[in-house]
Order: sequence, then C-alpha cells, then structure tokens
Amino acid sequence: QTHIADEGKVKPLSHPRCYSAFLSFAGVSCNSVEKKIYVHLNYTVSCVRLLNATHQIGCQSSLSGNVGVLHVLESEENLDWVLHSGPNPPYMVILESPLFTRSVMMKLKNGSGRVAGVAVVAPNTNPAEGFSPHTTCPNENTGVYSETYEPTMANCNMTVWNPLGNGLSYEEFDFPIFSLKDDNDTQVIRQCYLDHNRAGNGSTPQYPLCAMQLYSHMSAVTDTATCMRRNAINFSLNPEMVCDPLGDQNVWASTRPLNNTAKGHKMWESVVIAAARLDSRSFFFDIAPGAQSGVSGFVTLLAAAHALRNATQEAQPNRTILYTFFQGETFDYIGSSRMVYDMENKQFVVDLDNVHSVLEIGQVGLRADSKLWLHTDPVSRRNESLNVTVDVPGFSQPLPPSSFQRFLRARPIPGVVLEDHQSAYTNKFYESMYDNAENLNVSYPPNLTPEEQLEYITDTARAVTEVATMVARALYRQAGGEESQLSSIKADPQIVTKMLYSFLVRSNNSWFQQLVPSDFTSYLGKPPNFYVGVVQQSSEPTLLVQYLLANLTGSTINITQDNCKNQREDESDKMYNYMWVQGAAPPNSTEREGYCVRSTARLSKALSPAFDLEQYTSKNFSTWTESRWKFIKGRIFLVASHELEMLTLGVGVGVLLSSLLVTYIISSKADILFSSGREPTNATY
Amino acid sequence: MTASVFFGCTFIAFGPAIALFLFTIAREPLRVIFLIAGAFFWLVSLLLSSLVWFISVQISNKESAVQQKGLLIFGVVLSVLLQETFRFAYYKLLKKANEGLLALSQEETMPISIRQLAYVSGLGFGFMSGAFSVVNILADSVGPGTVGIHGDSQHYFLSSAFMTMAIILLHMFWGVVFFDACEKQRWWAVAAVIISHLVVSCLTFQNPEYVTSLVPTYVILFLMGIWAFYTAGGSFRNLKLCLTCKDKDFLLANHRPR
Repeated sequence: QTHIADEGKVKPLSHPRCYSAFLSFAGVSCNSVEKKIYVHLNYTVSCVRLLNATHQIGCQSSLSGNVGVLHVLESEENLDWVLHSGPNPPYMVILESPLFTRSVMMKLKNGSGRVAGVAVVAPNTNPAEGFSPHTTCPNENTGVYSETYEPTMANCNMTVWNPLGNGLSYEEFDFPIFSLKDDNDTQVIRQCYLDHNRAGNGSTPQYPLCAMQLYSHMSAVTDTATCMRRNAINFSLNPEMVCDPLGDQNVWASTRPLNNTAKGHKMWESVVIAAARLDSRSFFFDIAPGAQSGVSGFVTLLAAAHALRNATQEAQPNRTILYTFFQGETFDYIGSSRMVYDMENKQFVVDLDNVHSVLEIGQVGLRADSKLWLHTDPVSRRNESLNVTVDVPGFSQPLPPSSFQRFLRARPIPGVVLEDHQSAYTNKFYESMYDNAENLNVSYPPNLTPEEQLEYITDTARAVTEVATMVARALYRQAGGEESQLSSIKADPQIVTKMLYSFLVRSNNSWFQQLVPSDFTSYLGKPPNFYVGVVQQSSEPTLLVQYLLANLTGSTINITQDNCKNQREDESDKMYNYMWVQGAAPPNSTEREGYCVRSTARLSKALSPAFDLEQYTSKNFSTWTESRWKFIKGRIFLVASHELEMLTLGVGVGVLLSSLLVTYIISSKADILFSSGREPTNATY
Repeated sequence: MTASVFFGCTFIAFGPAIALFLFTIAREPLRVIFLIAGAFFWLVSLLLSSLVWFISVQISNKESAVQQKGLLIFGVVLSVLLQETFRFAYYKLLKKANEGLLALSQEETMPISIRQLAYVSGLGFGFMSGAFSVVNILADSVGPGTVGIHGDSQHYFLSSAFMTMAIILLHMFWGVVFFDACEKQRWWAVAAVIISHLVVSCLTFQNPEYVTSLVPTYVILFLMGIWAFYTAGGSFRNLKLCLTCKDKDFLLANHRPR
C-alpha cells in the first residue's frame, strides 16, 4: 500500500494568536490561513478495504474525503437524530466504545446518505462484557471440515467457536470508520461539538457548525480477481497498482540441521511438527495486539524450543522436531496452506511423507482452573500416539480452527491442538483491539522502571512456563527421546516473562537490543502489531521471532563478523543459517560486542498458492488482498450555512456585473467627463 | 468554504479591476505594457521591504510578542514608504521614456499622455497588491471549512475580499493624484497620498474588528476617488451633464477645430 506520510501533522491545540496584517505585506510570522480553519487529527487509524474471491469488506470514503457535521451519539435511541430528524445531514457520528455494537453499526450502514462517517473512541481499559468483531466461525470454508469431509461438523454446526463474534470486521461500509484514542485531541473534538452543535431545549443548532472530514479512499473494488486484473493493466510508464496480496513469511527451525537446498522427500527422515500461529487482526488497520490469540501460542513454543535445546543436542531423539510459526493464519490459513502446498510440490525441505505427527499450540494464555485441553479430529483419529497429562474434551467434537486442519486436508496425519478452552473460546476479545496485555492479566507492580518490568516474572509468565515445559516434554517423547531425560527438560520463566514483556508491552528493551542485528534496531519501539500485512512488506514480528528462535535454539560461534557473513555463501549455508547480532555492551564501554549465531532458523514464503497459480476465485486457498490507498487523514473545522455561501456568491456576481456596467458607462463617456483642464497642445485621449 | 465562496470572494476582490482592465486597457497594447511594468515595480518594492523585514525578524527575539508586534508595525510602515518611493521612481522612468518615445516616433504628439500613464501605473500597482493580499486566502477558501474553530471571526474571507477591492481602487486613485502632483510640483499632495496610504495600512491593525477597519477605508476610498476625479479633469458640471444626458449638445457646442 502506498501511504504518503500524513501531511499537515500540526499540533491541534493552542496555537498562538496571530496578528493578521494581510495587506501590503507578505510573510507574516504565523503563515497560514489554513491553521485558522483546520485542526488536523494526529492519530489516524482507520479500517481499510480487504478483498477476497467473492467479497469486499471494510470501509471506503469518497475521493475528496467525507465531510459531515459532528454528532456525539449518546445512546442507541439518539440514532434517530442522525438517521431521521437531524436538520443538517450528513452527520459524522462519534461513538463511545459501549455503543460500538453490531446493531448500531448496522443501522448506521443503512443510513442512506445521512451518515458521512463514524469515529470510535477507543477506551483505555478493556470493556467488561467482551467484544469480538470476527465471525462466530473463523476460517469456516478453508478448514478441513467441508461437504466432502464430515459435513455435520462443517460451518460450526456442532460447536460455535467464537460465540461473542459480531462479524463487524467482515461487513462492508461505504463510509470511513476511524478510531480515536481517548486523550486531549479527542477532548478537543468533543468540546467543539458541545460549543457549536449542541441543540439546546429542542431548538435546532445554529450555523456555523463543527464538522469533520475523513479521508480513506481505497483504490480496489469488488473482489480479488477484479483488482488483480486491474493491477496487470499496463497503460502508462508507471502502472498504478490497486491492491496487494496479504502474506509474509513463515519461520521454521529444526532440532537436527536439514539440507535446505535439497528440497522434497528426505529418506529416513521422520519429522514431528510443532506449530504455532504468529498473526492476529482487529477491525482497524495495523492494530492487532493479538495477546491471547497469537502471542500466548508462539511464546510457549519458543520457550519449549529453548527448553529442548540442550536435550536435543546431547541425546538426539530419533525423529527431528520441526518448529514452525505460521503467518497469515487469520486470513484463511495463508502460511500453513502455503507450507502444505510446498510440501506437496517438493518445494520444502521435507514433504508430507516425512511428517510423523503434528502438535499445535493454540490459545493457551487464559487457563481457567489451570486446565488445558487437547483437541483432536474425531474423523481421522486412530490410535492416540500422544501421551500427555491433559484433558481431552469428552465428546466427539471437531477441531477448532487451527493450522493443523490444512495438514489434514492433504493427508490424515495424527495430531493434536492444545488449547485452554474445552469447546467455545474463553477469549472474550478474539481478533479485536482489546486482545492485549490486560486480557492476559499481564500486569506489573507500580513504580518499576522498564528494565525492572522486563525482568519481573508475572503470574501469567509462570503459567505459560508450565505449559511450555509440558509441551517440550511431550515433543521430546513424541520424537522418540529417552524417558530419563524428561525431568531435565524445563522451560525458563525468566525467558518467558521477557518474551511476554517484549511482545505485549515494549519491544525496545535491552534484551531485544542484544538479539537483533544492528540494522534492525530502528524497527524496535513500535507498539506491538501482529497484522500480517501485504507480502511486499515483511512485518517486524516475523523477523523478531526468527532472531529469537535463532538465539534460543542455536549456538554462538566464535568467528569474526566478515567470516560470519561469508559463511552464508559457503557450503555450510545448506545446513545452517548464520547471523551477526549486536550483542550487549560491556559495563565500562559503549560499543556493543556483536557475535555470530549459528542456527537452523529460516524463513519460508507465506503467500497463498492462489496467487502463484493465478486462481483468484479459488475456494481451496486464501485469496485475501488489501487495497491500496493514497493517504489516510482527518481534520475538523467549522462549516457555514449554505445560505451564507450562496449570498457570498451572489454579492460577488453583483459586484462584478455592476462594476462592468459602471466602467462601460464611464469609459464611453470619458471624453465628456474628463474634459476640463484639458491641455490643448500635447495631450491626447 | 466551498467553490461558491471562492468565486464570490474572487469577484468581489477583483471585479472592478477586471472591469477596468477589460474596457479601458485591454485594447491598447501600450497601456498593457505600462500596466505590467507598474506591477513589476510594486513587486520589487515588496521584495525589498520583505527582505528587510525578514532579516530584522531573524535578528530579533522571537519569544517576545511585544517586539514582534513592534516589528510588524515597523514592517508595514517601511513597506508603505518603499511602495511610494517606487511609485516616484516609476514616474521618473516614465518621464524619461516618454521623451525617448517621442524622439523615436514619427508623430508630433506623444502616443500616451502622462495622465493615462498615471491611471495605468496606479492600476498596475493595485493589481499586484491585490493579488498578494488575497490569493493566499482565496486558495484556502476552496476547502470545506470556514474560519472560526479557534474563535476567530467568521467573516474573514468576505472582509478580506472587500479590503482588497478597496486597496486596488485606492492604488489607482493614488497613482493619478501622485503623478499629477509630481507634474505640478505640488509636494503637499504627494505627502497627502503617502499619509493616506499609511492610514489605510495601519487601519488593518484593527482586525478582527472588521467594521472599524473597513468603514474608514471605504470613506478614504470615496474621498480619494473624488480627488482623483477632479485631478483627472472631471468636474461637477461634466458629471451633471453626463447624468442628465445633455452631453450631445455639449460636444457639438464645444467642438473646436484643432
């Protein structure tokens, strides 16, 4: 997506009063009339348009931005003012978060031109009753349950996984919807409404009224096939792209080095896949804290991988464990469908015949009664080859939405999915902007510095560590390791709490600074965001997970920086991946001492096969694309009444016509008018 | 505010100037040339005065509001004085050019009289001055918003347009009076022009009390208009004759062979 950096990011509050000497003089110190008129919104987060094979979802504004008179909605009954009785449509509705519900939004959607846009004020704490804009049945058409495979379990007929889901993320709106933080800037907006737009005692509000303009024009329309066709039109030297496929890269590593250049089936190789999901989403663009839905799972897997490092290096189990972190699972399993496709087409280090079993870690952060549940597929379950001390949901229940379903679509591989819910999700904020540290009960005592918070072990961290220990031991046993080694496999709560802090609170801390190469440090410090994004832009969490995985499962090699970089070109490239990371600065110096990390952590492309095969209406693979836009911005200002504008135009036209008339008359009679005082000798008229 | 406000304010500000240009100047190439040259002279005076102002602002203390206001007043006064200086310089240039033109041309009489030059140069000054006053404001009037969210008056665009119209017409009248006073060596008239220019410019410091700045400006405009009318050769008798349509008889009666 081409976003030009927002123009006009001016401080909206308290600009000094200017003296406007506006004639016979240029270059006044307060140099813009624009500053007198507009107050620009600093924080502009909007919902964007996404397209798939059949639909377009999200929001759209007009090309020149949507302008509407501000209205702060007090209750659902107050909607009547916006939709029917208000005298100055179209309205720009400001919603507090309790009113951001499906019924209000559906009524606004059917507002037929009286609604110019919506701005939602995001609260500072999570709402108590839960909110999930995702559908009730995530990824229902691309899982394993379909018409051909156990239709009674398809489309959530047996278990509704996300009962709180209101499906708002998958609706289409023809007006822009922005998100505002509850801070001083929003207070300016509310104050403007109270000053100018408030109707007192049943009378209509007087002009000038406070209004807002929101720009979020999306270039793509209809569906993915249409926008990909328009991408391919080569009219000019700079062809305009209208949409981009969603995608990123999967991260994977193995306990035994695998020859990466020899793709396809590997003889005598039996692999246990340990999978987790990296990504999440919310209703708004680029906001996806994904604490319970993503972070809890992959942090557990990273901790388990770290716990297994020593055991798998000293006493190698029979089978190799392949740790995989899939990106794009929210959007119809982009990452896992790509990996299965690559395995089927001999494009990956191993293929499906090499896969022995799958253990997937789902949402494990919120354990009610400290219970964990193992979900299996009742159709393909044969002998239970996994032996762990957790509960199994008693009745015959389908698998929850998970990457394992894509493996089952290809081949009946035994596997389990570890979750903290028995049937429906315990996550009240699935795929929403509230799925953050507060949702996972990650809280720190007050008065701790950021570095102290990094090291502090929270209760959530302890719980996740227990899960990680259990997962590690299960994986080791599943891989055929010896029983005697099991008791020495323990996850480290220090590492777990540092990971949870970095991925949920702040990534710019001393620990991450040590683990990453020096050219990556500028990307640290952004708020945690696990949205998969378009395939051209690699998201930061993917790379962070790769560096972490390398550090936690690899080893330090004592060679120079140049040798470390050169090793990549050597034959050792096939087995290992070499990375030069920053390291820490010793106590009495400011220069960081970098070191070389040798590991098997690698990236593999996570782009839906539908785009490589150009099957843009595919039902088997994800076809999600994201529209491009030029800019997303908003501003507030006062509007004058239509009558005053027409009056101005009328006065102007009147002045022009009367001056034309008077000038014509005077110039035609100029001889007479200016005749006295004529100098007879050298004057001409 | 919108396109209607943009066009309304453009017509208000430049309506009389466009009408004058269309009917009196556009057909005569010589007048067009002197109009543009006059505009250029005004531009150079503005350049000089803004250079001085810019340097003085950089030197000054940017925090002190009193100093900035004082600098602004100094800037306005300096700009007015520079404009009048350049008007005088243009007058001198035109006198020399006229002699040269007379030497070059075959005819015995000058192609353009000094009175016409006064009118044309004044209008040129007015055009450029009006453009610099109001184009910036017109560009922002196209958007959907109007002035006022920080508490300023709503009538900013309208009053700017009316002020610009007054300034353009005033420059034209000042040109006529100034050149005539220089011709006849009446220095008190020159001083009166400069003083009235200063008064009008300083009246804008009354903004945003638009009434207190616009009404006196229009009064001065009316008075200057009458003065320029008399200077240009008009008289109350001619006006009465024109208005009561007795002009035909007057022409015939006053017809004299050259």
